[in-house]
Amino acid sequence: MTTFPEDSILVLLETTPSGTPARSAAGLLGAAAEVGTPVALIVAGPDGAADTAAAAGDLGAAYVLTAQPESVSSLLAVPTVDALAAAAGLVRPDAILISNSVDGRDAAGRFAARTRFALAVDAVGVGRDPEGIVAHHSVYGGAYSVDCAPTFGAPVITLREGAVDSRAEARTPQIESLDVPSSGIAAASIESFEARTVTSTRPELRGAVKVVAGGRGLTSQEQFALVDQLADVLGAAVGASRAAVDAGWVPNNYQIGQTGISVSPQLYVAIGVSGAIQHRAGMQTAKTIVAINKDPDAPIFEIADFGVVGDLFQVVPQLINSLSARKE
Amino acid sequence: MKIVVLMKEVPDTYGERKLNLETGLAERSDSEAVLDEIGERALELALSLAGSLDSPEITVVSMTPESATTTLRKALAMGADKLVHIADEKLVGADLGLTAEVLAAAIRRTGFDLVIAGNLSTDGQGGVIPAMLAELLGVPHASSLTSVEVSAERVHGTRETDGGIMEVAAALPAVISITERFPAGRFPNFKGIMAAKKKPVEKLTAADLEVDPEALDVPRSIMLAVSERPARSAGMKIVDEGDAGEKLAEFLIQNRLA
Ligand SMILES: Cc1cc2nc3c(=O)[nH]c(=O)nc-3n(C[C@H](O)[C@H](O)[C@H](O)COP(=O)(O)OP(=O)(O)OC[C@H]3O[C@@H](n4cnc5c(N)ncnc54)[C@H](O)[C@@H]3O)c2cc1C
Ligand SMILES: Cc1cc2nc3c(=O)[nH]c(=O)nc-3n(C[C@H](O)[C@H](O)[C@H](O)COP(=O)(O)OP(=O)(O)OC[C@H]3O[C@@H](n4cnc5c(N)ncnc54)[C@H](O)[C@@H]3O)c2cc1C
Repeated sequence: MTTFPEDSILVLLETTPSGTPARSAAGLLGAAAEVGTPVALIVAGPDGAADTAAAAGDLGAAYVLTAQPESVSSLLAVPTVDALAAAAGLVRPDAILISNSVDGRDAAGRFAARTRFALAVDAVGVGRDPEGIVAHHSVYGGAYSVDCAPTFGAPVITLREGAVDSRAEARTPQIESLDVPSSGIAAASIESFEARTVTSTRPELRGAVKVVAGGRGLTSQEQFALVDQLADVLGAAVGASRAAVDAGWVPNNYQIGQTGISVSPQLYVAIGVSGAIQHRAGMQTAKTIVAINKDPDAPIFEIADFGVVGDLFQVVPQLINSLSARKE
Repeated sequence: MKIVVLMKEVPDTYGERKLNLETGLAERSDSEAVLDEIGERALELALSLAGSLDSPEITVVSMTPESATTTLRKALAMGADKLVHIADEKLVGADLGLTAEVLAAAIRRTGFDLVIAGNLSTDGQGGVIPAMLAELLGVPHASSLTSVEVSAERVHGTRETDGGIMEVAAALPAVISITERFPAGRFPNFKGIMAAKKKPVEKLTAADLEVDPEALDVPRSIMLAVSERPARSAGMKIVDEGDAGEKLAEFLIQNRLA
């Protein structure tokens, strides 16, 4: 039987419906490699695990545990938590890293409650001190940096997707299949699933280098296309304020802010967004902020590096034309 | 049907939120305290479900400081039947594990068929308490729901994740968490405010729930260091005189951002 290194970091890898490692995988393994030896756990249905294991190696996993617990595709969270519990018992890791996604938080919450490990959520990085693994957090929209650690034992840490830039070196992992006893704990059942179709070639919002966000000032779904057009000229991802999401102009997962996604891009362009404090909480750590708003007193200008007071329906088309012209 | 709604009192997000640089705790005195918006949505859902359920009883459970009583009364004025308020000096600064332990004990004591929580609170923003509670209570958890239907035996809903949208179902008793796509909470009317004065409020401590906040055999999450980042300041602001789009393009190109 494999003995796992003393400094093992157990990483729960999310997979896409087609069985490849999800986008969050590279950052999780990158973070794990910074503080120890990455051991990836892949919890998947009956097919595809071998390819996924190799792909996890490409992203830096030194060891891969593959688990196929019963009912993993028909029950929420519990089968994954059963696998995590089995893996943690085997590996005895210094920390358990999980993506801070909806599924990741469900698994982390249940797992921490079951094992009584201390839980640190929405970390933007990890470190190691003489006592063990430390989670770095950026709270209240980046206004504060906070370091957290458990009083003892291994921490369960959920990592904000897109927050860790470092990548681990590719390896040929040692692969082992994991036996998962079922806990028999009641779970919700999945009756149907519709994968989000990726409709554009635009960059993913989480971890994007450039973001163009639109707000209520766009006035309609049709006009919101202006945001898409500017994003495409800049090669940027598209985001929105809660008002634009509530209006139904864009899907829910476009929302940036306190209760949406937190981004930290090189460039953030806010169009027709007032800059409410809850919106700023999700974007104020951007390197350069540009705002276009007709209200000179809009709070977004308080944090903008370059603000334009003007009608977005004049300014944005001119900006798009100007940028496209220079590109040619 | 016994419905438990989990609500927090949080610093109003419309004000600036502050952390104490020594304790790492949220500074409560600096901002006005309000009921968490997502908790109000959870209560609104419970109130809207109540009409179609057999002898519904809605209990709001909250672990917040003593001073929150006034804020929490709003939940009774909105229409909740009962309030269970866990206030204990020893729970100040509780981590997620301890919070979940206390809430699970209070929910068990109250009795429940359905627990409704927000998916993410406005202050801690952990987004894990509902899952932790489901595990501690040994019941199913349907999380991040954007629509909910409840019958005498089952809860059914639409769950939205980064990967896609699923239909989920669970037998009761169960824990659900909802997203902010649910309607905002109603405003209490005069009748509600008057009625609230007569509704039962139960005050509990950790000891009443047989939870020891100082137990040393359970690992707790602790703050090692807190630092404040310098606030951002405003840069250049121009008023459009017909060429702002051009000027902005110039700025982006000069800064290698386009
Ligand atoms: C608990 C809680 C959580 C929240 N979470 C979030 C969150 O995660 N994300 C979020 O975004 N919000 C969040 N909000 C909501 C937030 O308070 C604001 O209501 C929201 O951000 C406003 O969106 P907006 O800027 O698009 O709309 P508005 O505030 O209405 O601003 C529209 C702006 O467009 C400008 N405008 C209009 N027409 C033009 C034009 N022709 N040209 C140029 N400018 C124009 C106006 O001057 C105005 O400044 C939350 C609120 C609460 C209470
Ligand atoms: C800035 C900040 C960062 C923190 N980071 C951590 C951390 O990394 N690790 C850690 O262990 N603790 C942390 N805490 C403490 C943690 O937030 C508290 O334990 C908190 O009471 C519960 O977590 P939450 O608000 O994040 O809950 P969430 O899981 O976000 O809440 C979801 C829902 O659960 C219900 N709920 C949650 N708490 C209560 C309550 N007290 N009473 C009633 N219902 C409730 C509500 O319905 C709520 O909408 C942090 C606190 C702050 C202020």
